[in-house]
Amino acid sequence: MILDYETLKLIWWLLMGVLLIGFALTDGFDMGVGILLPFIGHTDEERRIMINTVGPHWEGNQVWLVTAGGALFAAWPLVYAMAFSGFYLAMMLTLFALFLRPVGFDYRSKLDNSRWRSSWDWGLFVGSVVPPIIFGVAFGNLLLGVPFYFDDMMRPNYTGGFLQLLNPFALLSGVVSLLMIVMHGSVWLQIRTLDSLEWRATQVAKASSVALLIAFALAGLWVSFGMDGYVVSAMPAANSSFTPDMKEVTTQVGGWLLNYQQYPWMILAPAFAFLGMIGVYLFSHLSRPGMAFISSAVTLTGIILTAGFSMFPFVMPSSDAVNHSLTMWDATSSLLTLKIMFWVAIVMVPIIICYSFWTYRRMWRRLDVNFIRGNQHSTY
Amino acid sequence: MISEHLVDLSRLQFAITALYHFLFVPLTLGLSWILVIMESVYVMTGKEIYRDMTKFWGKLFGINFALGVTTGLTMEFQFGTNWAYYSHYVGDIFGAPLAIEGLMAFMLESTFVGMFFLGWDRLSKRQHLTTTFLVALGSNLSALWILVANAWMQNPVGAHFNYETMRMELTSFADVFFNPVAQVKFIHTVAAGYVTGAMFVLSISAYYLLRNRDVGFARRSFAVAAGFGVAAICSVILLGDESGYEVGDVQKTKLAAIEAEWETAEPPAAFTLFGWPNDETMETDYAVKIPYLLGIIATRSVTEPVAGIKDLRAEHEDRVRNGMKAYALLKQLRDGPVTEETKAEFDKVKDDLGYGLLLKKYTNNVTDATDEQIKAAAHDTVPPVAPMFWAFRIMVASGFAMLIIFFLSFYHCAKRQEYKKKWLLRLAMLGLPLPWIAAETGWFVAEFGRQPWTISGILPTHISTSTLSASDVQNSLIALVVFYTLLLIVELYLMIRFVRQGPSSLHTGRYHYEASAERG
Repeated sequence: MILDYETLKLIWWLLMGVLLIGFALTDGFDMGVGILLPFIGHTDEERRIMINTVGPHWEGNQVWLVTAGGALFAAWPLVYAMAFSGFYLAMMLTLFALFLRPVGFDYRSKLDNSRWRSSWDWGLFVGSVVPPIIFGVAFGNLLLGVPFYFDDMMRPNYTGGFLQLLNPFALLSGVVSLLMIVMHGSVWLQIRTLDSLEWRATQVAKASSVALLIAFALAGLWVSFGMDGYVVSAMPAANSSFTPDMKEVTTQVGGWLLNYQQYPWMILAPAFAFLGMIGVYLFSHLSRPGMAFISSAVTLTGIILTAGFSMFPFVMPSSDAVNHSLTMWDATSSLLTLKIMFWVAIVMVPIIICYSFWTYRRMWRRLDVNFIRGNQHSTY
Repeated sequence: MISEHLVDLSRLQFAITALYHFLFVPLTLGLSWILVIMESVYVMTGKEIYRDMTKFWGKLFGINFALGVTTGLTMEFQFGTNWAYYSHYVGDIFGAPLAIEGLMAFMLESTFVGMFFLGWDRLSKRQHLTTTFLVALGSNLSALWILVANAWMQNPVGAHFNYETMRMELTSFADVFFNPVAQVKFIHTVAAGYVTGAMFVLSISAYYLLRNRDVGFARRSFAVAAGFGVAAICSVILLGDESGYEVGDVQKTKLAAIEAEWETAEPPAAFTLFGWPNDETMETDYAVKIPYLLGIIATRSVTEPVAGIKDLRAEHEDRVRNGMKAYALLKQLRDGPVTEETKAEFDKVKDDLGYGLLLKKYTNNVTDATDEQIKAAAHDTVPPVAPMFWAFRIMVASGFAMLIIFFLSFYHCAKRQEYKKKWLLRLAMLGLPLPWIAAETGWFVAEFGRQPWTISGILPTHISTSTLSASDVQNSLIALVVFYTLLLIVELYLMIRFVRQGPSSLHTGRYHYEASAERG
């Protein structure tokens, strides 16, 4: 196999996508359950059922996020540096929200006190609802371009404020992201619960899939006609090592659609996203929760790939100094680091998928009140 | 110019979040193996009491683990949020072990920790034991990769500076992994974690024995902890990371600060047991010295000298001047045109570029720094001596106190009379805070002793920060402290509550409160 620099850069763009999709598909449903917790879990026992469907897994799921963060640091250090420091307050908000999850899950049912328990339920809600909204808003801003530049020492400088991140398009992206997660959580609950919880989850799945379809279509129209996309007009050889400021970038309306003209197969990503949403609605309606979950996974994958394909090769365009925009060609680590990390990922990711799959299989069953009553002191 | 206020706040935020995180990690490292030991006995003998032990100590493990995860997230995000220039400058090397940690270790630990708590009746005995083992393995592998990353900050090997990309780049991953500092650090740190786990179980078991509650349960736990503790404390002390100080210039500086070694002494150097290091006069007042000892500890010989602070500073001043040349040449290379000659010139002095960057604290234009600024930069290269001197001694004293406690406990366990010795049980209870004191001071010595660098000799702390407003960092710092403290209070509340309940919290009907309720 020829692992030259150019190929490795491309592979790492794909691997970042794999990690992001892994995060959305796994942590997505437990965040969805956390968001729905105070609303469709009417009694303490119902809430415990919901929590225990994700109890053994949420911790491992969240590591997809940690790993994606680590991989970003290792493979795209400039993106890690610029995005995390530029979006400082947003990142801090995400962190504080995420703090509530480990303690929420573990501490909630340790005491038999309704105020204690309902406080942690709202803690789990906040911990689950804030990250997807912020990630969505951040993605929206990436599509719009973020105000930053690098100085002559390659020091990242962010020139915007926090409030300008909350513009209408970015908020719409936040809504898309939130609906993805709510939908994913509700289909998960359809497979893992019974009776009234299952019924309520089905209603949520149907409603959220329709809402998501509308929001995603709106966002698509906005990207096509309402905003400037970024285009690389000149750059050094992709196989060489260079800094972002060494290329030339222009902007044009509809620029984010050019990739679909050049590579028509990319249209499959949004197409599958839409098909998935329809699938979620239909299979929920037909009481086929397994198929609904698969459809939801297809939707999430499709939406994330749509964002990635539209922006390719950009990762974080700069609205301040367009030539400093970060792409997967110039924001990367050295050849050697990419190579080593490639082998680590190729060996580890399948192993992770295997043992995660094993844990899901061992814990697979529908939970109901009898389960909670029989295991008062050994469950969450 | 970067404001010193921003740098100080960023450092404080990192220090506080790391100190909080390090309250929970050592206990996870040690307690996970103790759970493996207890559950192994259960699987081998089939005695239910060992399953109860695993479950009860496992409950406390879980309460602690939740906050370990919570505080760990900040650690990973913080390099990007608050140390963006650092992330760019060394991400090529430093990011790799962090990413590998996620893929190889943290994923394993976290996937199986849920199975440990909730899988008791879904897994066979052996499967559950394997699960417990994988949690322990994951947490220890996690420590390995984090310490490989940390060791690279202390002794940056296997990398070179690339002027085209304006950053450090990896040249040998094997060098980074087999960094001698990484090896000693790993053993020292995980063993310190084992000590923490052992002391935790020992102290709480002693509490039950003093109250004559659940004696069978507590004696078995006490014995496991005493045995594991003796082995662990011996590794911490015998394989202490002292030997790591032989490598690298900055590590030598750290050693000189720890020992308040102002002058390079004639070998073999004496060890200053106590004294009052004075940064102004550069002397140690009221010093009590033990002849030969430092030379033997630091160089494993009686003929090698141990460098003193004054000589190190003089040496560093030359390196700062060299660094100015490197900086000037780097500007030429960046602005072009690039000639082979400039490249060759730059290669000669580029190892001192970091020393040149130390001047960025005083002037933006490194190349025309005044003599005074150069002297100030060289003076900065040695961290304040008194905090290093004292923190190190507190750590060592805690270590030796624990050595005594573990040996006495082990001895009396072996004679099967530990539960009768009230003084021993009280001593074991008093020992509870010691591992945390040792771990936090030890962390302080390692990281404060690295100042003024984030990457020893390569990247000064001052320029490693993100370009943020000081008020943003101040607000996040306040919020973090408030939030962490609240969570810590909740954690301690739960911890104390479950410790008080003891194994009765398992609701098996076999232990103190439930058993006495039935009798009553």
